[in-house]
Amino acid sequence: MVNGFRPRTLREALQILSANNCTVMAGGTDLMVQRARGFSIRPDFDRPLVFIEPLEELKHSVRENGTLHLGPCMTLSDLLRHPAVPDPLKEIIGMMASPPTRNMATLGGNICNASPAGDTLPWLYAMNAKLKLQSAEKERIVAIEDFITGPKKTILQSDELLTGILVPDTRFHLNRYRKLGQRKGMSLTKASFLGMAEISGNTVTDIRIALGSVAPRIVRAAEIERSMLGRYVGDINAAAAVITERYQPLITPIDDARSTAMYRKKVSLDLIRQFLETLSGSPGTGTKSE
Amino acid sequence: MIIEFRLNHEKRTIDIDPSARMLDVLRDDFGLTSVKEGCGEGECGACVILVDGRAMNSCILPAGAVCGKSVVTLEGFKHTKRYRAIENGFLKAGSVQCGFCTPGFVMATESLLNENPHPTDEEIKDGLSGNLCRCTGYNMIIQGVRLAIKEGEGLW
Ligand SMILES: Cc1cc2nc3c(=O)[nH]c(=O)nc-3n(C[C@H](O)[C@H](O)[C@H](O)COP(=O)(O)OP(=O)(O)OC[C@H]3O[C@@H](n4cnc5c(N)ncnc54)[C@H](O)[C@@H]3O)c2cc1C
Ligand code: FES
Ligand code: FES
Repeated sequence: MVNGFRPRTLREALQILSANNCTVMAGGTDLMVQRARGFSIRPDFDRPLVFIEPLEELKHSVRENGTLHLGPCMTLSDLLRHPAVPDPLKEIIGMMASPPTRNMATLGGNICNASPAGDTLPWLYAMNAKLKLQSAEKERIVAIEDFITGPKKTILQSDELLTGILVPDTRFHLNRYRKLGQRKGMSLTKASFLGMAEISGNTVTDIRIALGSVAPRIVRAAEIERSMLGRYVGDINAAAAVITERYQPLITPIDDARSTAMYRKKVSLDLIRQFLETLSGSPGTGTKSE
Repeated sequence: MIIEFRLNHEKRTIDIDPSARMLDVLRDDFGLTSVKEGCGEGECGACVILVDGRAMNSCILPAGAVCGKSVVTLEGFKHTKRYRAIENGFLKAGSVQCGFCTPGFVMATESLLNENPHPTDEEIKDGLSGNLCRCTGYNMIIQGVRLAIKEGEGLW
């Protein structure tokens, strides 16, 4: 029979992980489905399971000195209810799964599962989120894009837990999120788009674009974003097609049961272009430029 | 792994594989057959139970996760006034045809009303979005929930 651990504190959990080769169980919504489906990457349920979801230390969320700290064991429902969680993240979570699944699924699980279809990831990438990884001996903080190295692959060591999610508390006046799934709130995402921008005096002062499910990793291109800073929204509007074209090579979806690659690519590029075109006419722009 | 929890308000202790699905534990070890298996992957809601008052999909809930928690299935819920209100609402609105999905809908309705006693139609739809029904076409179920809210005013 498989063994299981129910640590009462984070310290105890980390000690268990350093002494045993375990499988970490948070909400279980990914692990249990992966086992049921017999995925190629099958969770190892022959090893002892460590149940971390009840750990209070991993369920806190606070805003402090310009940083939002999100507890990895907060469930998606916890986050929807929490006053410190920004609206754009709540909008994304509100479109994930269904209430019963949201009552189980954790934010840390969505991150550590490292699926390109993980719906919280585009927001975390766009916000430059950092992750705190802890073992019994040490602690390190890494950027989310360095944490996830490929589909279902992370740099997490077997004795480490994700213990904190640190998000710079940056606000954007313009937030746009689009998710294409088969059925609202249920199936995995076919393609998702997140665009955020800050505009002042008709000029782009900050812009972030991230896409999910359309490449082996979340797509975010810091260089393309930088090239738009300081430019007039009217210019961006006029150059929208050209800028969008630069995303073309980055968007490399695969054909799968959820959707064809061509469809996902076309929709993604359309969403980028439309977002760039709507920058003029958004808060921060004086007159609507044509 | 030894798991102590409350099941339908009674203390229980079992020694079981912590990765076992709660769905199987409830049906096979405790004979609670209101808990149905539809998809087995969290998508249909036939297996929904309450854990500490919140709806969860028992088909993807590992047994080890319920340690110290209170699990309620339809068998434990049906003696309550709230259940009576939901039952009457569902009966009047014709929310039940083959009935396979019904226990899951009842538990999801309880979880929804527990959190939000006066939901809008949109909120009812979202609250029940994890439950599939192949027979009724949903409108009758939404209507059933509406009637339950009216009849059960003050219970949630
Ligand atoms: C019906 C259904 C619908 C779904 N819909 C969506 C959707 O719309 N969008 C979406 O993105 N996902 C969806 N999912 C997938 C899943 O619910 C999410 O990815 C969820 O956030 C995973 O969290 P969990 O706590 O259940 O993870 P678990 O299954 O417990 O764990 C996932 C992985 O992360 C590891 N892990 C978890 N927490 C930690 C930690 N703190 N430290 C180290 N390792 C950790 C585990 O070891 C495991 O490898 C859906 C799943 C189902 C069943
Ligand atoms: S059987 Fe659990 S959700 Fe379908
Ligand atoms: S009544 Fe038959 S599935 Fe809902």
